[in-house]
Amino acid sequence: MSKSYRDGLPISPENFVDQLMRLKRGSIGRRDFLGLTGLGIATAVMAREIGIMPTPAFAAESLGDRMSIATWPNYHDPATFENFKKDTGVAVEVNVFGSNEEMLAKLQAGASGWSLFVPTNYTISTYQKLGIIEALDMAKLPNFDGSQEDPRFTSEGTIDGTTYAVPKNWGTTGFAVNTKQLTKPMTSWKDFWDTAMAEGDGRTMVHDYQLTTIGNALKYYGYSFNSLKQDELAKAEELLLKVKPHLFAVSSDYQPGMRAGDAWMTMCWTNDGAQLHRDIPEIAYVLGKEGGEIWTDFYAIPKDAPNKPAGYALLNYLMNPQVAVKEHLANGAPSTDARVNKLLPKEVLDNPILYPAADLLTPLEFGAAATLTDPGRAELMARFKSA
Amino acid sequence: MSAGTGAVSMHGNKLRDNLLTALLLGPAAAWLVVFLVLPFIAIAVFSVGERAPEGGYQAAFTLAQYANLPARATAFWNTMMLAPMGALACLLVAYPVAYYLALQAPQRWRLILLALVVIPFWTSLLMRTYAWMYVLGGRGIPALLAYVGFEDIRLINTPGAVLLGIVYGYLPLMILPIYVSLERLDRRLLEASADLGATPLSTFLGVTLKLSLPGVMTGFSLVMILLLGEYLIPTLLGGGKVFFIGNALVDLFLQSRNWPFGSAIAITLVLVSVVVLIAANRISTQVSGARRVDLI
Repeated sequence: MSKSYRDGLPISPENFVDQLMRLKRGSIGRRDFLGLTGLGIATAVMAREIGIMPTPAFAAESLGDRMSIATWPNYHDPATFENFKKDTGVAVEVNVFGSNEEMLAKLQAGASGWSLFVPTNYTISTYQKLGIIEALDMAKLPNFDGSQEDPRFTSEGTIDGTTYAVPKNWGTTGFAVNTKQLTKPMTSWKDFWDTAMAEGDGRTMVHDYQLTTIGNALKYYGYSFNSLKQDELAKAEELLLKVKPHLFAVSSDYQPGMRAGDAWMTMCWTNDGAQLHRDIPEIAYVLGKEGGEIWTDFYAIPKDAPNKPAGYALLNYLMNPQVAVKEHLANGAPSTDARVNKLLPKEVLDNPILYPAADLLTPLEFGAAATLTDPGRAELMARFKSA
Repeated sequence: MSAGTGAVSMHGNKLRDNLLTALLLGPAAAWLVVFLVLPFIAIAVFSVGERAPEGGYQAAFTLAQYANLPARATAFWNTMMLAPMGALACLLVAYPVAYYLALQAPQRWRLILLALVVIPFWTSLLMRTYAWMYVLGGRGIPALLAYVGFEDIRLINTPGAVLLGIVYGYLPLMILPIYVSLERLDRRLLEASADLGATPLSTFLGVTLKLSLPGVMTGFSLVMILLLGEYLIPTLLGGGKVFFIGNALVDLFLQSRNWPFGSAIAITLVLVSVVVLIAANRISTQVSGARRVDLI
């Protein structure tokens, strides 16, 4: 940023936007803010009930004049939707959501009014099983080029040879460490949990999210991130209960604590890690060498989309690398599309937080649908939180 | 306005009177039915159902969800401790303020001071609690304390921070009813008590406090019932390390999507709240001498 009036502000507009970006992936917005306030559901419900979302009868190729997308807060470059409107005349209404679970609930209830939405990898098979997402007609998406996509990130969008979702971007779940306070080099989840009970006593945060908190406790013993085995989960629970009294917080909103210096170490998603490191260089982002989570957010179209032609048109527009590159610069998460990566500035591609070395990515696992919906893991998390 | 309604009642037109009553009460009744009674019935139905394999609700008739309530015993216990303790802390801070406002503050200042009590309500509790996170965080008060020589004081994510957040958030709800009951106090009673030789302390205990008890009980029940569902303040200022029933509900509905179990807990919580209300009403009626107290 060049010198301007902004330099004297207590919080820069960019920083403010970054704070809001934590809404992505379980920070204050998605899980806590929107979840707690019910804003996400409220927006969607109101849009439907009050009839903001029309269900126009459209001719085969007509795009209509408006459509609705359900996505994560601050996940897009606002200019994208403005330009799309300029090109096609279709106004895009953006509904922001607090969690994948909320999106699922809304779609299951029916008449969501969305013509496009952004589910995370582990929910797609559930949507498909429930029969509420469209098998994509790839002929309508000429801008999507499967050969340019890393199959690792695209595979979960395709079930039994049918493509139900195409990827937006991906990321990882590691941990952030304030290396000024915790000087010992750390490379593994074992380091994370052991340090939490020693040098990091009272200074460590874990997610308020069973998928990652239990998953990364399982990695301490080298078990699968997605394990549903009773004995392995029992070991993870034992570890979690042992660590609990040493924790600073159980919260997915870890940026304020890390920035204020109250917390020295936290479980962390890619975007947050990149932002923390950019603003406070001594905060490092570590991927556990035992593995952990890798994730992809996708685009999908609901079966009952009121304006499918516009949904396809917007999706195709977003798959244009020239458009997608702006999206990636706006939200900071790494791209799955080789054509987009070619357009990204070198410093973005060289950022090891966004694009980690291949050997660190190898052991990572995608969260599984069964992991997310498993009642046993939910109960384990409740016991951990109430201990 | 008064001309029309006055004419109606003067002519004793009962039908129109009833119609007017229905029109006036209709919106409120409809509101209650749509947004309170119907959702409550829905939750009651959910609570005897089963969690669908993919989460959500699946029709059934079982009491399994209620049988599973002990799985959230800790959360219930934590809430049962938090609610009365939080309300008590609120009361201890609020009473002197209400006393000053009603009996000591100069008349011309009273309105302004009362406004100051209410003004924080103009901003959402979420925003105000979030602001406390920064005030109590490492770069807030602890940084100031370190500046004057008190190193390594930690405030955020402690039980004290939760208590402070609760007192701060609910204080106006406690001050206002107590203020109202003290304001109505007949000052001549205080003079009479003094004339009859009572010390200021015994006047306070025997007259002022006793006559303000309805306000105290109203404020206490109001704060306590809201605290039974509290989850925001412990999450934000307590670091989510203590699990209340409100937190259990949020997780069950938004995370694990076990709606039937969440519904069973919600119904239980409503029943507990009702019991608390009735108990508070009974106690205050007895203590303040058979005067019925209107809660809320």
